[in-house]
Amino acid sequence: MSEPLPQPEKSATPLGTGLPSPWAALAIAILLAAYPLVMNALGQTFYIGLGSRVLILALAASALNLALGYGGMVSLGHAAFLGAGAYTAAILAGLGMNQAWVVLPSAFAAAAVLAGLTGAISLRTRGVYFIMITLAFAQLFYYLAVSLPSLGGDDGLPLTERSKLPGLRLENDLSFYYFVLGTAALVFFLLYRLVSSRFGRALVATRENERRMAAIGYPVFRIKLLAYTLSGGIAGLAGGLLANLSMGVTPHTLTWHQSGILLVMTILGGSGYFWGGLTGAAIFLVLEETISAYTEHWNLALGLLLLFIVLAAPNGVMSFTGFRRGEKA
Amino acid sequence: MTVLLRTEHLTKRFGGLVVTNDCDLEVTAGEIHALIGPNGAGKTTLLAQLSGELPSDGGRIAFRNRDITHEPVHHRVAAGIARSFQITTLFSRLTVRENLELAVQARTGHSFDLFRPVAREPELEQGAAEMAERVGLLEVFDRVVGTLSHGRQRTLELGLALACQPRLLLLDEPTAGTDPEESLRMGDLIQSLKGDHAVILVEHDMDAIFRLADRVSVLVAGQIVATGTPDDIRANPEVIRAYLGDGVED
Repeated sequence: MSEPLPQPEKSATPLGTGLPSPWAALAIAILLAAYPLVMNALGQTFYIGLGSRVLILALAASALNLALGYGGMVSLGHAAFLGAGAYTAAILAGLGMNQAWVVLPSAFAAAAVLAGLTGAISLRTRGVYFIMITLAFAQLFYYLAVSLPSLGGDDGLPLTERSKLPGLRLENDLSFYYFVLGTAALVFFLLYRLVSSRFGRALVATRENERRMAAIGYPVFRIKLLAYTLSGGIAGLAGGLLANLSMGVTPHTLTWHQSGILLVMTILGGSGYFWGGLTGAAIFLVLEETISAYTEHWNLALGLLLLFIVLAAPNGVMSFTGFRRGEKA
Repeated sequence: MTVLLRTEHLTKRFGGLVVTNDCDLEVTAGEIHALIGPNGAGKTTLLAQLSGELPSDGGRIAFRNRDITHEPVHHRVAAGIARSFQITTLFSRLTVRENLELAVQARTGHSFDLFRPVAREPELEQGAAEMAERVGLLEVFDRVVGTLSHGRQRTLELGLALACQPRLLLLDEPTAGTDPEESLRMGDLIQSLKGDHAVILVEHDMDAIFRLADRVSVLVAGQIVATGTPDDIRANPEVIRAYLGDGVED
């Protein structure tokens, strides 16, 4: 029997692409832990706040990456979950609840419930229809927030003070950064366990061939719905942190523009790569910050730069790296 | 012989077109039951109804004396019905090993175990290797499926269905597009299933059918017009008129 060209014996298949190496994780953790100390030493304390922002949006983009990159669900409505978390944090603060260990899990839960409910409907559609229905849901919540006086309408809701953690003053930018970093580390660890579990495998395989997955006995709808719900929850957690960072939330967080930015970050960083969300958020926000310091037409310059990056790396920046563990020694 | 699967008055309409029309079919445990019929007779549609991919518009399906008419696909797989596809439907970017491991994982349960690493779970690898050996794909175990020859991909179609450890296999033209040598090998493979698994075999190769099948049902316009041994079917004048035409010259 004739066979096509021989392939390398052990190949890094899509099941391995999304699994990070522990060494990369360690290097990234050290880098992120040292970052504010370096900025402090350089007297650039402003950049500590930017670091927090990068980490928070990295969480949101990684949440989207779970749905989009691992699950193949192109959601144009993740701003709704980010916003749900942010509004939850602001509402709880308005009620006098400032304990971080209550606020953040609540932000997660509120967004996860929202994602579970909307996902149960959206996931009955495919392709462009799925994109449109996730967008429609997000727009629904945007207009709801704008029109409800109890949610502050156009002005949104302010946060009078940041969430509290026993023994840590989060009003301080440095300690807030470390708080965000700690939360992000926990989420990334759980995400790592998730994508390397049987469930993670089933999710990627569902993205690869949903029909075949059903035919060998997987409940594909439930797999996708659970991933979508967790994705929404993590975006909500990021939203809770974002409200703390910006000392409030406005309906802008719920716009489709915000959903689009999360998509750009994920695709730019590398959809389906574990560190894609973090890489994309860092590149996007640092470029935005840098260019906007030089010109008021920074959107144009940023757009051109992003176009260039995407042309050079169609599968995202992370596709250049060797951070794969497809080989099963 | 015990009846494994029975359909009664099974019906499927696409708009005004009745594709499966009041179809009664009976499959006994361990037999190879060929399903033949002219193009457009509704063979693939009937298989999709049996596997659960297409909901039925009327009638019922009983599997091991249980009504499964409204069960979703994954419940039917768990109950023991697995299928292969006429158009190769594999994880083409994954290796043979990974394809089979996924099928073994589905069978061994708990795919909602969220936080335990799956890498190198020995039972998955072992199950996959056993199946690869059985269907003769062990030498390409770590090859990406998309790079394999068409014949080997067809074999993996069968292997994935078999890895579900079904009582009933629905094989939709397993030899579609393979060369004669590969067809023979596939035939031997199907022959080896006899007794352990019941098979509903949709096939156009009449030689293969008359060689492999214990019984043959003839589907014409969504209805079973005759069921019997290959010899009965060959001799049945109604079948010859409706379907075989002058195709039986031997």
